[in-house]
Amino acid sequence: MNAAAMTASQVRYVNKSFWRNPASAFFTFAFPLMFLVIFTSLLGHYTVHIGTRSVSSATYYVASMASFAVITACYNNIAIQTTFQRDAGVLKRTNGTPLPSGSFLGARVVHALFISVILVVITAAFGRVFYGADIPTGLTLLRFGVMLVVGAAAFCALGLATTAAIPNADASAAIVNAIILPLLFLSGIFIPFGNNTPDWILWIARIFPVKHFADGMQAGFLGTAFHWTDVLVVAAWGLAGLALAMRFFSWEPRRA
Amino acid sequence: MTTPAGETGAGAAPASSTGDGGPPAVHVRGLVKAYSGVRAVNGIDLDIRRGEIFALLGPNGAGKTTTVEILEGYRSRDGGEVAVLGYDPGRQRAPLKRKIGIVLQSTGVEPYLTVAETIRMYAGFYPDPRPVDEVISLVGLEEKRDSRVNKLSGGQQRRLDVAIALAGNPELLFLDEPTTGFDPSARREAWEVIKNLATLGKTVLLTTHYMDEAQYLADRVAVISAGRIVAEGDPATLANREVARARIRYRVPEGTTPPAGLAGPTGADGFIEFAPDDVTVALHQLTGWALDHQASLDGLEVTRPSLEDVYLSLTGAHSGDGAGPAGERGGPGRAGAPGGAGREQGGTA
Repeated sequence: MNAAAMTASQVRYVNKSFWRNPASAFFTFAFPLMFLVIFTSLLGHYTVHIGTRSVSSATYYVASMASFAVITACYNNIAIQTTFQRDAGVLKRTNGTPLPSGSFLGARVVHALFISVILVVITAAFGRVFYGADIPTGLTLLRFGVMLVVGAAAFCALGLATTAAIPNADASAAIVNAIILPLLFLSGIFIPFGNNTPDWILWIARIFPVKHFADGMQAGFLGTAFHWTDVLVVAAWGLAGLALAMRFFSWEPRRA
Repeated sequence: MTTPAGETGAGAAPASSTGDGGPPAVHVRGLVKAYSGVRAVNGIDLDIRRGEIFALLGPNGAGKTTTVEILEGYRSRDGGEVAVLGYDPGRQRAPLKRKIGIVLQSTGVEPYLTVAETIRMYAGFYPDPRPVDEVISLVGLEEKRDSRVNKLSGGQQRRLDVAIALAGNPELLFLDEPTTGFDPSARREAWEVIKNLATLGKTVLLTTHYMDEAQYLADRVAVISAGRIVAEGDPATLANREVARARIRYRVPEGTTPPAGLAGPTGADGFIEFAPDDVTVALHQLTGWALDHQASLDGLEVTRPSLEDVYLSLTGAHSGDGAGPAGERGGPGRAGAPGGAGREQGGTA
């Protein structure tokens, strides 16, 4: 088998494993919907201003939670699962076989992308049915798709890079959340930015990839302006993550 | 990245990889590896022939795993010559990976795949895999074929580890402490599996700190201590233990004193132990004396140094410091007959 066939075969095994843990699969899909319902109920209906557009908070959250779902499925899950597999010795065992490392990791990235697409479809359908959210079509859908794929791949790469900073599996969830949760808040994922948002928060949102990714996703749902610079910033972060992962990724458990 | 190629490209590839025409399974000269200035491996030489089960025996921290992981290609070496199946694991890892199977000390697998799926997945990484069901029956997991991996017992998981390592039909199999942490019956199961591998003509390099394991499984053993090989040979004759002087041990009722020439210091357990020049003569005299004086010789036994005694003296360890499973001292090897290696092993199960 060549590397592509091996990668495809790995994707099938990853997928098989994924669905055989129904509790984990269920919550992967239920989580963003749960947040969608909680935020729209908690904060009530109000209007969010994005550029010149005004959208209902419910529609805003459909886009936000779709972004959130992709980030969770890619960044969080890849970082945490890979650390667990590293500590359990799965990575070391694999590294002793002829399976190319790119096939092993690539398959996990492809699967996370696949899950991301399902998550976005579910969130969009849910938003459409219950909140009357817009669904991207035509050219918008194409741009939306580019943002989704680039974003998902970039957050996977960043997740792989993050494993290098995680000493052991027990610490993985804590470290990943400590990195991503503040960033999600500071990027307006949970609470939209208003006129009073301080400059330092805006700057953080401008530097890190989360807001750029969310903006690109919103453009699809809300019909706001799509900026290719958002795609570029996210892609640059993804490449940086990939470079760091290639340099610092470890196939063996870290010794204390 | 590492698509199958290189076989013809690599100039140093072995001419023949099967049968006896090929290079030795493992050839090591002067291997050195240091961690922050301390030499964990300090000049090791090893030669392992094709088709033999070779055990690397030594206490924890002696350098066993470091040595093996260099041979497997996981670790770089600081000095020395290494050829595994004719390949340099440091520079020709990709072609080497296709011909070896590795059982690491502790490794996880995808918990939600079945035994058969797991083996099939790993088999798919190799150019010439062994049929999945054949591998399953080799390790005796037929009944668990369609069970999820997370439902297996510890012993069954270890057999699955061996199955995964066999899936690619390797020429050389590395087993790093295959039974550490096992209960006696699981150890026995694992041993039977490993013994079976010899019939397949596989070369096996095994590390262990259990004497009985090395004695039962290995054709040859090397004792490693502080990064050096301190003895090497047939487990039955290691360090000339088969010709070492036998010792006679016995106990007499209180108030009885055996003749001076047939006694030695009395141990804490009340046993008298001595090493006669001629065992036959000494035994005859001793039993004759006992009959004459109507003294019983409780627990009379003749022993030669067990593999463990040899090991302990070679590695400078003290008895009972955990170098072997508790309670096994005085078991195998003390059975009374020289060359009784492996004879009493059945008792462990």
